[in-house]
Amino acid sequence: MGRLGVSRVPIVRVEDTLIATVLEDLSDRDALLLQEDLGRLIERTGAAGVLLDLTVVEIVDSFLGRLITDITAASRLLGAETIVVGIQPAVAVTLVELGLEFKGVRTALTPEKGRRLLRQSIAESRTGKYRRG
Amino acid sequence: MEVVGEESIVAARQRAREMVRSLGFGMLDQSRIATAVSELTRNIVRYATDGRGEVVIRDISSDDRGIGIEIVVSDSGPGIEDISLAMRDGFTSGPGLGLGLPGTRRLVDEMEINSALGRGTVVTIRKWRR
Repeated sequence: MGRLGVSRVPIVRVEDTLIATVLEDLSDRDALLLQEDLGRLIERTGAAGVLLDLTVVEIVDSFLGRLITDITAASRLLGAETIVVGIQPAVAVTLVELGLEFKGVRTALTPEKGRRLLRQSIAESRTGKYRRG
Repeated sequence: MEVVGEESIVAARQRAREMVRSLGFGMLDQSRIATAVSELTRNIVRYATDGRGEVVIRDISSDDRGIGIEIVVSDSGPGIEDISLAMRDGFTSGPGLGLGLPGTRRLVDEMEINSALGRGTVVTIRKWRR
């Protein structure tokens, strides 16, 4: 279970899920590298889910906010469901005041809840009518 | 501090957060101020000439008004043609979402914009501790 990707955000693979844990204040460039990493890794591994852990992130501005929305949308097109976990309450209020809607982004309070949600969602997509090859 | 390119965005918002934290602002206000500074500094990097400008963070606490912080973000870039338009949600002259200025306004207590075409823009924001 080695570290994947080239960005400053460590990404590990656990079964069919990629777990990306943001551990520091990301510059715009670092954030864009994370986006590239995830796209490439979903393609390479065929991962069905992405868990984006923001537990220690103290700031999400409009740039990172939009990027998270973009990552979620692009991952879905590649067949992977993304769950964003651990958004701090202060960050959540700031995002709403800023006017970011996070359209189409699924969230969970904790990484544990996120993993559960992801497992359910992956199981449903395998048995459901929207099955992808 | 001087703003030179993208790395300055992270430095400016971290410095602003340290200052409001040291003044005893709560987590939510720390997040609001750091985010506001991030948005305004990114405007410099994106729109100002060579992405250069300046961010000045000041403690403006006084007996009358209590504990407060003022941040002045300035550049000598192209200026804003129509400030009321730039303050409208969703309006953008660049690749962004158009949330920068109107969004920032909602995060602070006071915001003033002075801009002269061809000469630059000065945005001043203030936040008071409750």
